[in-house]
Parts: sequence; structure tokens; C-alpha cells
Amino acid sequence: MNLSPFTIALIGVVGLLGVGFYGLLVSRNLIKIVVCLQILAKAALLALVAAGQVTGQVNLGQSLALTVIVADTIVAVMGIALGVQIRRRTGTLDVRKISSLRG
Amino acid sequence: MLSLLLIVVAVVFAFQAIRARGLIASALWLAGVSALTALVLYLYGAHQLAVIELSVGTGLVTVLFVLAINIAGDTALDARLVVPLPLAIGVSLLFVLVLGWLVLVALPAPPAAPAATDFADVFWQSRGLDVLVQVVLIFSGVLGFLGLLAEVKAPLGGSLAESVTSGRDLELKALEEQLLEGQESPE
Repeated sequence: MNLSPFTIALIGVVGLLGVGFYGLLVSRNLIKIVVCLQILAKAALLALVAAGQVTGQVNLGQSLALTVIVADTIVAVMGIALGVQIRRRTGTLDVRKISSLRG
Repeated sequence: MLSLLLIVVAVVFAFQAIRARGLIASALWLAGVSALTALVLYLYGAHQLAVIELSVGTGLVTVLFVLAINIAGDTALDARLVVPLPLAIGVSLLFVLVLGWLVLVALPAPPAAPAATDFADVFWQSRGLDVLVQVVLIFSGVLGFLGLLAEVKAPLGGSLAESVTSGRDLELKALEEQLLEGQESPE
């Protein structure tokens, strides 16, 4: 079986997206949810670079992916800061316990 | 074939990051995913981005995670899940199958490759707005980090109203004791 680099990258993108999505479904810890978001962002990064490579615009893909890295890092920082403050105030990181909305 | 191997290992590391019970272990598996992603990016010709991903994704973010886990504590939660495990696995597999079919089978052939331009030209000239957005994002990140280090001013547990009323009760009680002592002392 001869797979092209683009197909290999797409397999990785689908795999990482699937794992990240599964993690978001099963995780209850706030910091672990940020880890799952990081995994999803890695998939987006790989997809952008692969798309840039297959269209011959690697540098455009790189510059878009750089924005994704910055945004992803800021999301991690904000999520972690939120988690630390919630832990200090409520004593837990469980998303079920910190939720004030009951349905 | 090397890139396929790296990608498969990265997916396995990502799964381990989710399965790990400790948060530190989870953060370290995530660092592995970032490092492998950086290697794959290098193999795909995105050299500058690979360096940035390795320094930011593997270095900075991992340090932040470890710092935050040290502050918040590495507490393991009980095994109850948000959604039932069979449902989560089923939905995730369906997601992977549909997405895989869309990108691997139904995706049209990519267009012909145009001439490549320099990374600096693309980044500073064609994507100038992105740079502005990144500056704003970095400022908000600095504010977020200050929030990470900030101390709690409100009491732990209970609302602000409860703390105010309890403080007022204590003051009234102290005043009452003073009055009683004042009545007793002349005798």
C-alpha cells in the first residue's frame, strides 16, 4: 500500500481529532479538558501544514498555523488560570461539581 | 513511512494523555504529542513552524501545565464519566468514520501547485491582520497568566453576603460584651 504524504497527514488529523473528541466526552477534570483541546489544536495544525504542502503553499500554511499555535497557547493559559482559580475557590476541578446550572 | 510511524505514535500518545489518571502524566504525554507533531511538521517542510511548535507547544505549555498542577494539586477524580463509556466510544468512532470518509474518499483532488513564496513575505505582508490578532492574543495571555498567579481575596466557600453578615454579627457580639462589661464594672 503506497500512501501519499497528504493521505498520511489526513490519517493523523482524523486520529488526533477522534482522540481529542473522545477525551472531551469522557473527561471531567478541567485541566484534562484543556489537554483535550490542545490535542484538537495539534490536529488543526497538521491539517493546515498538509493542505499548504499539497497546494504548494507551505509558507501560507505555516503562517496560518502560527496563528493557531498562538491562539492555542492562549487558550491553554486562560484555561489553566481559570482552573487554578476555580480550584482555590471551590476546592474541586470536577466540571460537574462546579456547574451551577442544573437541568 | 517515517511520517506515518510518527503520526501513529502521536495518536497513541494522545490517547495515553487522556487515559492517564494523574494530571502530571497527562501533561507529559501531551508534551510527547507536541514533540512528535513538530517532527512531522519538519518532515512536511514547515521548518520554522516545527521550531516554534517544539519551543512553545512542548516547552512553554508543558511548563505552564506543571506549574498549574503544582498550584492546584494533582487530584484524581472518581471513575464516573460525563457520558456513558459505550456512548462516548460509539460517538467518537462514528465521528472518526464520517470525517475519515469525508477527507480520504470524498475530498476532491488538490489544485495544481503555484510558485512558492518566502515565509517572511507571506507572514508579514499577506497575513498582516493575523499578526495584529496575535498581538492581542498575547496580551490576553499575559492577563490570563496574571490571573493564574493572583491570590484569592474572597473567603473560600460561601457568598460575599454571608461573609459580610457574619462579620457584622461578630462586631455586634463584641459590642454587646463591651456594654455588659461596662455595666458590671461600676458595681
